[in-house]
Amino acid sequence: MATIQPIAENERHPDVALVDRARSGDVSAYDQLVRKYDRQIFRIAQHITQNREDAEDVMQDAFLKAYEKLDQFQGNSKFYTWLVRIAVNESLMRLRRRRTGKMVSIDEDVETEEGSVPRDLADWAPDPEQNYTTSELNRILRKTIQGLPQGFRVVFVLRDVEGLSTEETAETLGLSIPAVKSRLLRARLQLRERLSRYFKRKKVGEK
Amino acid sequence: MTCTEFIAMLDDLIDGSIAAETRSEIEEHLRGCEHCVVTLNTTRKTIEIYRSHTLYELPNGLRERLHKAIMERCKRGC
Ligand SMILES: [Zn+2]
Repeated sequence: MATIQPIAENERHPDVALVDRARSGDVSAYDQLVRKYDRQIFRIAQHITQNREDAEDVMQDAFLKAYEKLDQFQGNSKFYTWLVRIAVNESLMRLRRRRTGKMVSIDEDVETEEGSVPRDLADWAPDPEQNYTTSELNRILRKTIQGLPQGFRVVFVLRDVEGLSTEETAETLGLSIPAVKSRLLRARLQLRERLSRYFKRKKVGEK
Repeated sequence: MTCTEFIAMLDDLIDGSIAAETRSEIEEHLRGCEHCVVTLNTTRKTIEIYRSHTLYELPNGLRERLHKAIMERCKRGC
């Protein structure tokens, strides 16, 4: 027979219960949280560090740091968003260590001018990715996104690849909402322009 | 609406957060501007391609190894 849960209980994000259990010493609850988010954390770390070994280290360190700091987790943000923020900070720290002496931040290489109207606009072939094998396509996509300035790339990854909201992305990166929006637009337009080299069919107006 | 004004609204348009009254202005611009139609479609496609291709897989073997290392340290209280 179905039991009727109080409404407030149903509205709580399922992670909240797992976090509560983990806080009171139930390691298996934390185990579930790790399994739930490890792939995303690994992807985000590799997008930022662009290095496989760094991404492995970041993933471990982020989950360990989150576990240590579980008591500081406030229920007013999602556990996932909180975890992503830790992973982003760990990733940036790795980068800093790698490029010794050079400051790395998500503010690096970012011009603040608004997105401009694309030049030399070519339409793409229908289903352009079908002209490439999966491994060729992945190589193109990786190379293209790696060419973006760090501050654009991380916003695009969190917002468009991992599906965080604008507000969550802003909170995670410590940026204002207008800053997230401006970077997202420029990231999208730059990626579009760079992918055109591979996907274009013909110049608009050309017969 | 100019192309620059259109571009400024591109993200809101893609994310579906455009006010109804602006929507009709946008549609009117798109009817007369192939340039912006292409920009909109290819930008949408760009996002879709990145969303649907996992560029950095976490292989199962590595996943298990990392997972084990994390949980062992958590059990010891980190
Ligand atoms: Zn236009």
